[in-house]
Parts: sequence; C-alpha cells; structure tokens
Amino acid sequence: MNQYETVFILTPVLSDEQMKETVEKFKGVLTKAGAEIISEENWGLKKLAYPIDKKTTGFYELIEFNAAPETIKTLETQYRRDEKVLRYLTVKMEKYAAEYAAKRRGNKQAKVEEA
Amino acid sequence: MAQQSEIRYLTAPAIDVKKKKYCRFKKSGIKYIDYKDPEFLKKFLNEQGKILPRRITGTSLKYQRRVAQAVKRARHCCLS
Repeated sequence: MNQYETVFILTPVLSDEQMKETVEKFKGVLTKAGAEIISEENWGLKKLAYPIDKKTTGFYELIEFNAAPETIKTLETQYRRDEKVLRYLTVKMEKYAAEYAAKRRGNKQAKVEEA
Repeated sequence: MAQQSEIRYLTAPAIDVKKKKYCRFKKSGIKYIDYKDPEFLKKFLNEQGKILPRRITGTSLKYQRRVAQAVKRARHCCLS
C-alpha cells in the first residue's frame, strides 16, 4: 500500500454538475479498486501556462490516496478513456513528500478555520 | 597615455568581491520540493521558463535534480 497523489485537469467546457460527477466517477474508480482516499482538493478553474488543444483554462483536481500498485493501472486507463480529462499525473509519494503533504493539509485546515 | 594607476574610479570596482554561494535547501532544511506551487519554482526559472544552472543558483547537485524533476512535472501539469 503506497501513498500516491494524482492531479488531473478537466476541460472548462463542462458545466458544474458534470465536473463534480466526473470527479466522483474517478473517486469511485479508486474506492472500487480498494484504494483509501486521504484528502481531495479542487483548485477550480485556473489559467493554463500554455493552451492544451486550444483551451487556455482548466479545472484542476488533486486526490491523495493509499493504494496498491495495480490500482494505478486501472486509474490511468480510466483517465485515457475519458475524453473530458485533458491531462493527468500520478506521483508516488515518498517519506518527505508525505510529511510535506500532511503539513500542507494541516495549515490548509488552519486557514479554513480562520476563514 | 595615462598610466593604469592614474585612473581613479568614483566607486571601488566590485569585480573581485566573490559572494559565497550556498545551497538554500541545505541551509533552510527543505526536504521536499513540491511541484504544485509554481511561485516557489519560478525562483529557479529564467524569464523564458528555462531552468537556471547550478552555478547561478548555487544549489547542490542532489537538490538541483529534485528542482529539475519538480519543474518538469509542473510543466506537464501546465502550472509553471
């Protein structure tokens, strides 16, 4: 059970519900494959540094989860099949990355409490 | 032809002052370079977005490779 974090970008053309539904779909794929989702963040619509197939903005989504290595293969095939996903990146998190993410989640909660 | 020593500068020429470069990661103890925050990575890129060499930033080899990897991941996700 390694810790992974995946970032994916959805096309901005979608309406809000479609975006939420695709995000739910991917989370479903993960949980069905036996992964345990730690945290999930969406950064909403952001300007892309360079246009991907003629689109200059994208809907960013970050998911951190613990999973067995095989689930990554199923997740990636789902990404490839879904044409709403412009780009995706899954990264295995080693010790320092996990600590960093925990700290980041900590001060994100702190910010939420303040706000 | 004024001799070399005759020329006097208004301010001392700062050619020979050699600033000791240090690796900011070792000094501040940062262990993991996150590819998700572009502001931090921008310090290591020049205007065109190319990665600055070690001789300018002064980072050690181990962290320069991590910076390079983080920058490439950020580029893949259209962040930096």
